[in-house]
Amino acid sequence: MSTTEPAVELHGITKRFPGVVANHDIDITVAAGTVHAIVGENGAGKSTLMKILYGMQRPDEGTIKVNGEVADLHSPSDAIARGIGMVHQHFMLADNLTVLENVVLGAERLHGIGGGARRRIREISDQYGLGVEPDRLVEDLGVGARQRVEILKVLYRGARILILDEPTAVLVPQEVDELFANLEDLKREGLTVIFISHKLDEVLKVADAITVIRRGTTVASADPKEVSARQLAELMVGSELPVPELRESTVTDVPVLTMENVTVRDATGRAVVDGVSLTIHEGEILGIAGVEGNGQAELVEAIMGMLPAESGVIRLGGEDLSGRSTRRRREMGVGFIPEDRHRHGLLLESPLWENRVLGHQTRSPNVKGILIDRAGARRDTERIVEEYDVRTPGIDVSADSLSGGNQQKLIVGREMSGNPKLLIAAHPTRGVDVGAQAAIWDHLRRARAEGLAVLLISADLDELIGMSDTLRVILRGRLVGEADPATITPDELGSLMTGAAEGSVA
Amino acid sequence: MIANLLAKSYARTAVAALVALVFAIVVTSIVLSVSGFNPPSTFQAMFDFGKEPDSVVNTVNRAAAYYLSALAVAIGFRMNLFNIGVDGQYRLAAMLAAAAGGAWALPPGLRQVVIILVAVVVGGAWAGIAAILKVTRGVSEVISTIMLNFIGTGVIAFLLSPNRLAAKVAGSNNIGTKPIGSSGRVPGISYPGSDLKIYGLVLLAVLAGLGFWFVINRTRFGFDLRATGLSQSAAVASGVDAKRMVVIAMVLSGAVAGLVGMPQLLGGSYSYSLDFPTGIGFTGIGIALLGRNNPVGIAFASLLWAFLDQSSQILEFNDIPKEIVAITQAAVLLSVVVVYEIVNRVGRRMDQRRVAAELGEAAA
Repeated sequence: MSTTEPAVELHGITKRFPGVVANHDIDITVAAGTVHAIVGENGAGKSTLMKILYGMQRPDEGTIKVNGEVADLHSPSDAIARGIGMVHQHFMLADNLTVLENVVLGAERLHGIGGGARRRIREISDQYGLGVEPDRLVEDLGVGARQRVEILKVLYRGARILILDEPTAVLVPQEVDELFANLEDLKREGLTVIFISHKLDEVLKVADAITVIRRGTTVASADPKEVSARQLAELMVGSELPVPELRESTVTDVPVLTMENVTVRDATGRAVVDGVSLTIHEGEILGIAGVEGNGQAELVEAIMGMLPAESGVIRLGGEDLSGRSTRRRREMGVGFIPEDRHRHGLLLESPLWENRVLGHQTRSPNVKGILIDRAGARRDTERIVEEYDVRTPGIDVSADSLSGGNQQKLIVGREMSGNPKLLIAAHPTRGVDVGAQAAIWDHLRRARAEGLAVLLISADLDELIGMSDTLRVILRGRLVGEADPATITPDELGSLMTGAAEGSVA
Repeated sequence: MIANLLAKSYARTAVAALVALVFAIVVTSIVLSVSGFNPPSTFQAMFDFGKEPDSVVNTVNRAAAYYLSALAVAIGFRMNLFNIGVDGQYRLAAMLAAAAGGAWALPPGLRQVVIILVAVVVGGAWAGIAAILKVTRGVSEVISTIMLNFIGTGVIAFLLSPNRLAAKVAGSNNIGTKPIGSSGRVPGISYPGSDLKIYGLVLLAVLAGLGFWFVINRTRFGFDLRATGLSQSAAVASGVDAKRMVVIAMVLSGAVAGLVGMPQLLGGSYSYSLDFPTGIGFTGIGIALLGRNNPVGIAFASLLWAFLDQSSQILEFNDIPKEIVAITQAAVLLSVVVVYEIVNRVGRRMDQRRVAAELGEAAA
């Protein structure tokens, strides 16, 4: 194979969806035998671009060249035929089948389903140092091993160009290092890797070349040897980054939320929240750090009354919350910015003013007696749109016609209404643009200064460290450590989160 | 222009229903042609018969029962509850209400109210069984309400026997409950040109429709109900007690189902006998679907359905099988579901595009 031709050339790619242009004028050249990173914020258009390259979407304009030849990709099988393979962020493996069965599924013609296939899998595994055992059940494999099976699946189908979509999102740091070693092996064998990520440290570590995407178009190419993570981040967002930080402490000694030894079990009896005790005071933001899925969601749901606590006490301003419904808790002054705003925060098909009522349907200005006060709710929605800078043509449009950032600002505005005492903010700036992020941080700071107690859960470590007065670390449902946000670095916090370092860093 | 037309959800409903109706007429025409009949003259005959005064009265009376049945179904639908048991609920309710009305000689006015209350309570209680099973044992209401229909049929057969709540109707093999005396009847409304009367309790259907609209759109309870239907997870996070809502909505649905038989019972037959109409609960499911669970939409859908039922009776005089109308009804129903989905998607996409355009956001 010729190494002089670029492996992939994208030229002038434009893709329109109803109402939005997902990609426009994308130009990327990926040299063969390199790891090429494509970075951009959530919603910048990375995923659409990769779907185009993998034949899942067709571009409205532009050309794709693979190994120097113009390629017209109608479906993933066209892409596979040209040697392009994709490893999805979410694994597509059948747990109850063996590795062998998963790999040959859909590719039975290549080497059969028996000995030939097994031999080929061993060959590939050895060649690239993947360490995949064909006869193990997938359900017995860890996350890192499953990812290697996905990579092997793609190689088995003859791919020479691999697209990895956010491959490190599900890995712990040690597994990330293993993955990067595998990528080196692939590169050495002459394969090309397109690596999509928004984790800039990792990108700088592994990539030979970087392309930055912002608002659907390529805005810069960068050499990983010459650019810093911060410069890259500013290229990604196109402006100076807002900095999450708190000024002088406003923490008082008046407790708002007190949890004592709270335990929540899932349906199988496993303790998903295990003996958690914490106190949040007026004017305090308490951040919970942790790898996702370590009990944060259940902790929040227990406080909200959506999930019953098996034992322990939860108090709001001295009043025991046990036995009180979610509605009662909200009425007592708990605001809730949910992690998944589409599932838990909005009625997507309903107009904005009805979404203003949601969660506040027993309180003024939304109701009068048992009736919905439409005029009052509409007026207050106008106020939120104004004060929280929700970009919308009106309050009668449905919630799903707004962008994610504007949906989130509406939710923040709504949950700050009615003078809450406690705000539960789960990933308040996830998937929103930089402008909305800065605005949401401002609102949190202002409310904190006015005495609000905030429980902040976030996967963004800079946000956690910058916006918290107190930091606690959650691991497998237990609060395992405490950190001082004034002194801790994201790296140190990261190792606390994975349990690599026990105890407190203070 | 089309964008403006599709901006409002009721306009989307109307457009979808019209397209579906046209489609159904086309399908029916094809079937008629293939079977060797002339479509225009067939439709003409149906229309001519349907607009005769007697037909109009029958259509309105029939539509009232359909309307109440569809409202009952729609209450469940609005929060994704599938009450297939309206049929059993209204029959059991009508039977017990008829028995109570025949047995208790109360003063006029009170007697009608009590009969209707008995029907409402019986319907609600019968539906409540399914609700309790759902919230305590996780039994799907689809299964339990279907089973309760059968049980209801059995209970009615048991009670409707001469030793229990029924008596032989003089001069026939029919058996029925003791007729409700004149003090318990609701007078009908005359219609010019017809000796038949429009049931007085047709007005009850109108009131139920207004009540439905008001409760769903203007009250806190209605908001909770709609929110639960649109997104149960968001409703629960907002503080709605999902189990409580299931019980209330199901009982309410059953209570309205209890009203289905009332216009005819108090306005025409005065007793529940073996020939009391059956199957209205199932028809109501289709009508609720056609009317998009909206009280105005359901009103049009009920009238259309009743009109087709009534006007089809002329077909047999022309040697055309009247089942042809079932094809029309089925085609309307199937196509309205598809068309509404398309119209709704197009409309919402247009909404999103309009919002993006007004904000001048070229790229996301």
